[in-house]
Amino acid sequence: MKKLVNDPKNVVDEAVAGFGAAHADLVSVHQDPNFIVRKDAPVAGKVGLVSGGGSGHEPMHGGFVGFGMLDAAVPGAVFTSPTPDPILAATKAVDGGAGVLHIVKNYTGDVLNFETAADLAAADGIEVRSVLVNDDVAVKDSLYTAGRRGVAGTVLVEKIAGAAADRGDNLDAVATVAEKVIARVRSMGVALTPCVVPHAGEPSFTLAEDEIEIGIGIHGEPGRERIRLEPADAIVDRLLGPILDDIPFVSGDEVLLMVNGMGGTPQIELYIVFRHAAEVLAAKGLTVTRTLVGNFTTSLEMQGMSITVLKLDQELTTLWDAPVQTAALRWGR
Amino acid sequence: MNLGATWAKAWIRTSADVMSEHRVELINLDREIGDGDHGENMDRGFQAVLGKLDDLPADAAPGDVFKLVATTLISTVGGAAGPLYGTAFLKAAVAVAGALELDGAALVALLTAARDGIVLRGKAELGDKTMVDAWTPAVDAAAAAHEAGANDLDILIAAANAAEAGAVATEPWVARKGRASYLGERAIGHRDPGAQSSALLLRAAADTAAA
Repeated sequence: MKKLVNDPKNVVDEAVAGFGAAHADLVSVHQDPNFIVRKDAPVAGKVGLVSGGGSGHEPMHGGFVGFGMLDAAVPGAVFTSPTPDPILAATKAVDGGAGVLHIVKNYTGDVLNFETAADLAAADGIEVRSVLVNDDVAVKDSLYTAGRRGVAGTVLVEKIAGAAADRGDNLDAVATVAEKVIARVRSMGVALTPCVVPHAGEPSFTLAEDEIEIGIGIHGEPGRERIRLEPADAIVDRLLGPILDDIPFVSGDEVLLMVNGMGGTPQIELYIVFRHAAEVLAAKGLTVTRTLVGNFTTSLEMQGMSITVLKLDQELTTLWDAPVQTAALRWGR
Repeated sequence: MNLGATWAKAWIRTSADVMSEHRVELINLDREIGDGDHGENMDRGFQAVLGKLDDLPADAAPGDVFKLVATTLISTVGGAAGPLYGTAFLKAAVAVAGALELDGAALVALLTAARDGIVLRGKAELGDKTMVDAWTPAVDAAAAAHEAGANDLDILIAAANAAEAGAVATEPWVARKGRASYLGERAIGHRDPGAQSSALLLRAAADTAAA
């Protein structure tokens, strides 16, 4: 395993320090405990948005801190939820008096640590609401599992809820918009290779040269099904089928189509994927009115990608188009 | 030894050693059906506890030791294990608050409270392939041993044996909670890492009581 690291124990601390140095115009970085806040936090009278989770998914979440999106991001150890203390510290740092929304990806560890932090914040008199992102359709039978996972759709939740907060919506309204996005966004991913957690030093699972893993999450955990490598278009069909059947999406819908790289797949392949995904949606009568292609919710150096489809309406489209100024998403300002 | 604060501290010190020794084993178990961080997180958490044990006042009771363990694990472990083990020790601390030495009834109360804390936070049931599958058999075995008139050491040995058997018993199961639940039938044949670390912890309790 070759990685650009020093001591594997310092991976997150050093990356967070570097992020703060690179984006000092947008964010302030706090260390021990680690969290990243918007430069002008707390913004008086604005609902604060806090997200977080294990590291290794960069640019999520630190790359989405700034005007029009998150007020704070709390990075845990690689693929490990942050503990309640930094979540609480970040929540206090962004509380502008209008309450704080926690955007939590649905993983047992994240849910438990954010719940604990929300309880502690409430005890300190800060009003906290939480939303759980669970866009991954690869997980079936929610009744018998920890429920669907939160994956790349989280980026869309953070962008749209962030725009609602920056236009002055109150805590209830921002939470309602976030829930609306969660109800209308679905994703599924594929891995061509596993990834190596720095302190583990070994791949989290193994794939033969001609094998791919369908329905992966974003933590190097195995997926639902292992198959032989197929042409890109066939893989896109495998992912889009369950996504489109789920809500379901129907002819006439306007959608945002996102193709997200897992970290080790070049853009040229992501655009091959996008091309066919757009064709499939068009054939179903869906109109792709907004798009996002690139590495946004990664799994270290994993090769692979996920496809995300969000059913838009006028409100969500307007909030998506609203100005945003973060390290990883920036337009309109 | 008598089960006072000296035992409680020895239990936690031994647990820290055991988590370090079994770090790779827990990482490997977790890599098979989770995300491979359990051994690293438990080792980090218990090492942090080690650094704080000496700061306890000389007249600290076992409950004070467990409270320190709870707050330290919650703030250092992360993942699901941090809140789950942290809550277990917090509830255990409350269950034995004030007692300077623990008798058989107190041991059963401690284990029961810890298990109830894990169930409260994680909402897992017996058979879901989680920590609960080590803890509930341990609580039942400890209660049965206590009822049969066993001494403190034998109560802890009964709990440790049952926890180990419970961890092994998770191997053929499908998981219904935690990250392994995403694997469906592919979790079959793998021991739950949280049940395994729970068994290690309870074995350390018995071993230090025997010393």
